[in-house]
Amino acid sequence: MTSNPGGTWPHAPGYYTGDRPKIVTSRFEYEDSYTLQRYEATDGYKGLRAALSKPAADVHEEVKNATVLGRGGAGFPAGNKWGLTPQGVWPRYLVVNGDESEPGTYKDRLLMERDPHQLIEGCLIACYAAGLSRCFLYIRGEMALAQERVAAALNEAYAAGYVGKNILGSKFSVDIVLHWGAGAYVVGEETALIESLEGNRGMPRLKPPYFPAAIGLYGQPTIVNNVETLANLPWLARNGAAAYTAIGTATSPGTRMVAVSGHVKRPGVYEIINGLTTFRDLLYGEEFCQGIRNDNELKAFVPGGGSAPWFTEDQLDVAFEGPQAGAAGSMLGSGAVMVMDSTTDIPRAALTLTRFYAHESCGKCTPCREGGTWLERILSRVVDGKGTDADLDQLLEVGQSICPGEFPHASNAKLGISAVPFPYRMNTICFVGPSAYAPVHSALTLFRSEFEARVTKRNLIPVTAVSQ
Amino acid sequence: MARLTEENVRLAREIISRYPKPRSATIPLLHLAQEQDGFVTNEAMEHIGELVGATSAEVYGTASFYEMFKFEPVGKYLINICGTMSCALMGAEELMHHAEARLGIHMGGTTPDGLITLERAECQAACTEAPCLQVNYRYRFRVTAENFDTLVDQLQSGALEGEIPAHGTVAAVRQHIPADKAVGAIAPEDVTEGPAWLDGKAAL
Repeated sequence: MTSNPGGTWPHAPGYYTGDRPKIVTSRFEYEDSYTLQRYEATDGYKGLRAALSKPAADVHEEVKNATVLGRGGAGFPAGNKWGLTPQGVWPRYLVVNGDESEPGTYKDRLLMERDPHQLIEGCLIACYAAGLSRCFLYIRGEMALAQERVAAALNEAYAAGYVGKNILGSKFSVDIVLHWGAGAYVVGEETALIESLEGNRGMPRLKPPYFPAAIGLYGQPTIVNNVETLANLPWLARNGAAAYTAIGTATSPGTRMVAVSGHVKRPGVYEIINGLTTFRDLLYGEEFCQGIRNDNELKAFVPGGGSAPWFTEDQLDVAFEGPQAGAAGSMLGSGAVMVMDSTTDIPRAALTLTRFYAHESCGKCTPCREGGTWLERILSRVVDGKGTDADLDQLLEVGQSICPGEFPHASNAKLGISAVPFPYRMNTICFVGPSAYAPVHSALTLFRSEFEARVTKRNLIPVTAVSQ
Repeated sequence: MARLTEENVRLAREIISRYPKPRSATIPLLHLAQEQDGFVTNEAMEHIGELVGATSAEVYGTASFYEMFKFEPVGKYLINICGTMSCALMGAEELMHHAEARLGIHMGGTTPDGLITLERAECQAACTEAPCLQVNYRYRFRVTAENFDTLVDQLQSGALEGEIPAHGTVAAVRQHIPADKAVGAIAPEDVTEGPAWLDGKAAL
């Protein structure tokens, strides 16, 4: 149908390689990257062997020393997360979060489709190091190819003795169970994922007390890790923590997969060096997106998935690093940048995101269930030219009921405003509600004039009497 | 309509056996039911309840939360067009209008011949390939109006019969855990000791 510069249609577009260190995408160049044969020929399962040749505690220590940051959104180091399980409580489980659905994000899907054995090996290393005796690999329901590739890879890995009873002839035994969802964004939140895995509606649980590491699946200690996080472990186990921390920065070592989409010349998924690459590099760099389409001006960009407050050209020199993005008023989330050029209708663009979160609210918390829908309706009215200036204040008021206090936003020299750093306060259990507000707040803060141009001033609406 | 067939009950039991608690198999079994009938029937939900130890209301309670489960027949091919930000920035709205005009139905509708159901979908994780759509959860990337017409022609002529299974089947490959390799699922309350490999020594 259409050709894709990133690979062969229909299953392999999107990814661009480059002359950079590759930790998780090293096999993407092979047509048969998803087979056991290719995996074994390219250092596959050597990390598992290296790990099993050491006591489990040493492997855990190695992961801690490498500071493998969680790649799902929160950026919490995996090694520390594993250490949060209570002593002497058994069994403990591993739940793999492959329910990737944050707007703008896709990296886990590629990792599952193109290198499923790497993920399986990562799961095994995590189970060994943290004493987790059963692994559930939860894949988003709509990802048919990822489910097929992971199922086929698991069947191969069981047959070859890499998964199951007495792995590689050792005393290490663990099953990996492929589980798949059925379409619900909120299930990407770890406690909702656990609810879903227990066969329930995917509604988040209140933390405390339901921190998964303490009270997770079936009430047992449970580690929930993102696909990309686990995909880092085979390389780390083969090469050691020192080699891992030699890439990137001290606070953000290793690499990260980032998807850049929207109005750029070469949208794609890139494995970048953590902490060093700036947004300017990403958007304009020759090895990345090569500039804005048609050489248009940049208007704004979402730096970390649909939930993140927006940046403009003022933030181009911020590095792709959690604390830096946080101080600048946003977050990196799941590694997704969406770019808007000067032709973008900002209120409409914000609506596409707010509608998403309003639609995906699970309905558990009132501020999100009602507030998200209000935001969507009011914004729709404004976009359709039927709003009044009072609607703009109403949007902010509804937002305040979801996230009280100052909401994070970027600085802007032209507008003379300074940044409000992350995070925000919230009246909801999870981040879906605040995420519905984030695009509205950013758009209104940075581009209020575009909204004002679309609404009627309330005092100019003629008053007509019912009768004379 | 239909309860699960004998073969599907066998598959259902295999799936249930992988979980420490049977109810965890609810969503996979709902997919199995949808694969069998094209949508999830009341009888199937009752049957799933019997298999996992839940009432049919509880099964429906779970099923109705998730977008993918349909409780009425839909077209043989479900076309989901993504409308979230990256796709919207690249022309998803225009594509949706074109799709509605071409098929003569609105979003959520099914063609009179029962072949195609059209839906507006949210982010499908293919944002750099916008605008994108899925046909029974198989991707089409950077879709133009002409691409869409070609796709519809192909679906109507049966040219994609082999590549895209009828609605209900998501993954065409299933996991099978060989009995001699399986560690087995144990109810958490029956586990009293930590894993054998945490003895302070290397496993290999």
